[in-house]
Amino acid sequence: MDTVETFSSQSQPNCKAAITKLVLWRLGFPKQVKVKVKTAKKHLVSRACSEPQLCFKSSSRNLLNMLHSLNPHQQQNGGFSFENSRRNAVLESSLLEGAYKAPNPRKTGTTIAGMVYKDGVVLGADTRATDDMVVADKNCMKIHYIAPKIYCCGAGVAADAEMATQMMASNVELHMLNTGRPPLVAMVTRQLKQMLFRYQGHMGSSVIVGGVDVTGAHLYSVYPHGSYDKLPFLTMGSGAAAAVSVFEDRFKPNLELEEAKQLVRDAIAAGIFCDLGSGSNVDLCVITEAGVQFLRGYDKPTAKGQREGQYRYKPGTTAVLTKTETPLSLDVVDESVQLMDTE
Amino acid sequence: MLSAQGFGGPGKMKEYHYAGAVENRFSPYAFNGGTVLAVAGEDFAIVASDTRLSEGYSIHSRDSPKCYKLTDTTVIGCSGFHGDCLTLTKIIDARLKMYKHSNNKTMTSGAIAAMLSTILYSRRFFPYYVYNIIGGLDEEGKGAVYSFDPVGSYQRDTYKAGGSASAMLQPLLDNQSDSCQNAASQIGFKNMEGVQHLPLTQEKAVQLVKDVFISAAERDVYTGDALRVCVITKDGINEQTIPLRKD
Repeated sequence: MDTVETFSSQSQPNCKAAITKLVLWRLGFPKQVKVKVKTAKKHLVSRACSEPQLCFKSSSRNLLNMLHSLNPHQQQNGGFSFENSRRNAVLESSLLEGAYKAPNPRKTGTTIAGMVYKDGVVLGADTRATDDMVVADKNCMKIHYIAPKIYCCGAGVAADAEMATQMMASNVELHMLNTGRPPLVAMVTRQLKQMLFRYQGHMGSSVIVGGVDVTGAHLYSVYPHGSYDKLPFLTMGSGAAAAVSVFEDRFKPNLELEEAKQLVRDAIAAGIFCDLGSGSNVDLCVITEAGVQFLRGYDKPTAKGQREGQYRYKPGTTAVLTKTETPLSLDVVDESVQLMDTE
Repeated sequence: MLSAQGFGGPGKMKEYHYAGAVENRFSPYAFNGGTVLAVAGEDFAIVASDTRLSEGYSIHSRDSPKCYKLTDTTVIGCSGFHGDCLTLTKIIDARLKMYKHSNNKTMTSGAIAAMLSTILYSRRFFPYYVYNIIGGLDEEGKGAVYSFDPVGSYQRDTYKAGGSASAMLQPLLDNQSDSCQNAASQIGFKNMEGVQHLPLTQEKAVQLVKDVFISAAERDVYTGDALRVCVITKDGINEQTIPLRKD
């Protein structure tokens, strides 16, 4: 049902108000609108239509250009539309018969940790992704690339962590091109926290950002609602408590590389064994001024048990219910050879 | 669900106020995890369980088996809420003693199963949060497995998995073991063609149980640490412990 709204004004200030309303209308609510705008000097009349063809004169011509250049579906900057969140809340509360339950997003469970050592930063993560309390992925990657010397561990909702870090990587690249400078860890943290705050905690990803830039080695943690901490060692995820206890016991500033790797490995292993949401292997990422060493599967403290029985099926085990043979009469039209890269 | 926070209804946000006293309803139940499995053979029965006791994301104990010996020929596996498991097994032990004193004989597996059903149903409106599986030898010396739901419904089976990883173990058992032990029956290994209908030997059954738990420990977070296998034969009950993944 289309409503008819009438904008009318008799004087200059009201004209601006009317035009503002019109601009807003143009932005998001395509309805039938009847517009009548009268300025003090001239009066302009338009007709009711879904796309207003306004004949503005002189000073208002640039406004007309602005109107036409605005796309009604353009996302306004700096705000998240909570329409869907509202709809979800209504669906969950009121539609009891349909028993609407939003699908549970996969969380990573997770233990992630990071610490600053003598020459840079060591980041660590476990590799288990859980779907409620069932393991969905036994060897997923939780340490994500942001910039050549900035990496990010993601915990919480897997999709949110993945998307947030990919967004950061793109933004960092653009920023580097815009400024002509290598990125700062503080810049990544700021963009990440601004994005997460904009989503008011609905993006459920907790993140540890670590890296080396021109000012030195830095480590930040960012929470789903947008707060951040800058500390020499940090842990996040469901296994954070287990991992931080190891750090609190043995952390010292300016450790050597091997000691630092061992400490982070031990912290993640504590999470792997003591937290049900974390498991499988330890991934490490060592970032220094010289470069990055990504140690995927650095340690595998648990191993799958050896099965004693044979469970392979002989060919013919699956029952064939019907068999239809359709001969295809084909002619060779063209023969070509393509070399495959088999190495 | 995150989206429901802060929304009072269509078109408006909930009034934000500092949540001073939050009403957390006390729940009399907790879920302590654990998986139990029982297999009945020609002249033996196996009851196996993992030994991990967990709550939420933490582990209470890595050595808390869920198999409890009732008589020389019966073992029960209980998983679910550990408090109720302990109380239930104490009650069953007491009832077994009472029966022994009044009837001058030990309860048979079938009798224990029937009794357990009535014990569970007596608490129909405040149930024991326990998934039970009884494994033992019946009067003829053949293997018997009885599986229960929390309020006492039970049936005799050839094999049954219960507890947190039951949905992962049961289909594997359906595929690998024999659902019907009647010699006259033509039903064999489910969904497989041309497979020899061999009865399960004791060694093969123990091997199957171990392998099946290895797979369960991979994917279920509540299952792991160690596996306790109790093999019941006319000679008695033999227990073995096999390590599983600890993460």
